[in-house]
This record gives sequence, structure tokens and C-alpha cells, in this order.
Amino acid sequence: MSTETPLIGDFHASPAANPLGGARIGVVTFPGTLDDRDAARAIRLGGGTAVPLWHADESLQNVDAIVLPGGFSYGDYLRAGAIARFAPMMNKIIAAATASSGTRLPVLGICNGFQMLTESHLLPGSMVKNDHLKFLCRDQVLRVENTSTPWTSQFTDDELIAVPLKNQDGQYLADPATLEALEAEGRVVFRYVGENPNGSRNGIAGVTNETHNVVGLMPHPEHAVEAGYGPDDATGMRSGTDGLTIFTSVIASLAGGAQ
Amino acid sequence: MPRIIVEVMPKPEILDPQGKAIASALPHLGFTDFSGVRQGKRFELTIDGEITEQILASARTAAAEMLSNPVIEDVISVRVDDEDAA
Repeated sequence: MSTETPLIGDFHASPAANPLGGARIGVVTFPGTLDDRDAARAIRLGGGTAVPLWHADESLQNVDAIVLPGGFSYGDYLRAGAIARFAPMMNKIIAAATASSGTRLPVLGICNGFQMLTESHLLPGSMVKNDHLKFLCRDQVLRVENTSTPWTSQFTDDELIAVPLKNQDGQYLADPATLEALEAEGRVVFRYVGENPNGSRNGIAGVTNETHNVVGLMPHPEHAVEAGYGPDDATGMRSGTDGLTIFTSVIASLAGGAQ
Repeated sequence: MPRIIVEVMPKPEILDPQGKAIASALPHLGFTDFSGVRQGKRFELTIDGEITEQILASARTAAAEMLSNPVIEDVISVRVDDEDAA
């Protein structure tokens, strides 16, 4: 970013003279969402335009992709993501992500957004409480195992990245047949490296759907997009920006029409 | 008010972390007779008027599609609450 960096939380700053700035990515806010501003900022730093969307509205405002950010929608009542799944905006997203003709909308669910995607049946499996029962917040190393999705196209195969992990209901579960299919079809997109932080089956941190346009993950790439505010890395304290590649990937994919 | 009771439990094959934590805490309070705990959910659906077969069917659908997640939970029962009559 050569120009003045916009304030955190400023949804409307346009990306600085960027040829890919035409990519419009919606960020949906639900009651209890926490990370919508961070996601919007990550989109801008990645070179796109963040479009704020409200859960109760029904217009996708012609966005090119959607981010369902983290937080505690509806206080995690019933089950994490379970009530948000029934929001009018979610019905539009589900329809656009599973469209039988034309381009299927790329959708990324982060943390609570991932939980919404499993509750919506856009992604298989479900999350339950961490096996150790504690809320866990730390920097987490992940292996990127699928680079064919629009959200991961700029990673290299098996690239290791570090992004924050922060949740209580992060244990990924699916029945054995589903797990076998996910592994066989290469649909595990992110896997925890090192000690399993929450008991997730097969160390799964993120998965994609059969058509690869929908991706969900528990850790938070949007918190590792700007030097000074990310995880520690080899270049210095809090210098990690590995998460930014998620956002530059989707913007490049949209620009290239690589769907 | 007539009520319908819906009970949901974690699937037997899924380790219930909350139940496990409760089970390990019970002996600290002297409750040593219980070898395991599983924690589920009970929903009380209130109906204005009489409970018809159609309303009961609607409760069964809600239990299957919203009150439980079939990946991790089973609906144990959907029944008319008769405790008031007792």
C-alpha cells in the first residue's frame, strides 16, 4: 500500500488505484458478528472493494464473492451458526453458491462463518466444543492442501502458513464415510500442523465443497494481513501476513474469471 | 398453556465434552455413584390453543431441521407435555 492506509473499521475507503479493485466482495454482518471490520480491511488490503451486507437484507448487491466473518452470531444460542443460517441473506447466499447454471458464488466462512456453512449444509460435518473444553487463542500453523479453490489459488501446494486461531467450538466432526470422501477427493483445504489444537478429526482446519467455490476454516486469516498486527514470523515480531493470500487469491481468481 | 417437549442428545458415538467434564467433577462433590454423564437439550414449545396432529408434525419437522443438527445430535423424543394433567 503506497497510499495512506485507511482507518480500521472504515468500510468505504476505496482501494488505492488498483486494477483489480473492481472485485466487490460482500461481508455479511449478523447480530453478534465480531470480525466483519477485520474481514473488510483484509479485502481492501488484498486489493478488492469490501461491500457491507446486513443479515436481514435480501440483496447480494451484485457482489462477486462473499465472506462470512467470525464472531458469536446470536450468542451461539441453539448451536454456533444455527440461527444465522436462517437469515434472509443466507438463503440468497446458499442459492448463489449452489446455482446450477452460470458462475457459482465463491463463499468463504471463517470461524463462526464456517459454522454457518456447515449448519447450512453448504459444507459437510459440524463443529462441537474443543475436546479440552477451553477457549483457545494462539497463532496456529496450517498446511494448505488444496490450491484449486478461488480462495487458495495463490498458495503453493502444502505451503505452511501461520494465522491466529481463537474459538471454543472448533472441534471438526464428520462421520467416517464423509471424512473418507473429503480425504479421497482432496477437499481438506487446511490442516493443523503440530499438536491438534481442539480434537478435530484428521486435524482438519478447513474444507471445501464438491465444486470448490465454498471454503470454510476455523482459524482467522483476516487477522494476519498487515505487518505489525499478525503472528510472529521469521522477519520479526507480529510481522506475519500469510492470511492476505486468501484475499489476493479470490480477487485474482475473479479478475481472471478462473471459476 | 399446552406444550410440546422436544429432547435432543449428542449422538452416542460422539464424545460429549461437556458431559465428560461434568462426570469428572461429580466425585469432587462426593457423588461417586455415577460412571458417566451425557448432557443434552430439552425444548418446551408452547402452543396457543389445542395441540393438533398437524402441530405435532410441525414440531417433529422443527426438531429434525432446526432444533437438532443430525451430524452431531439425535432427536430423542417429541411429545405432548402431560405433566400439568398429572
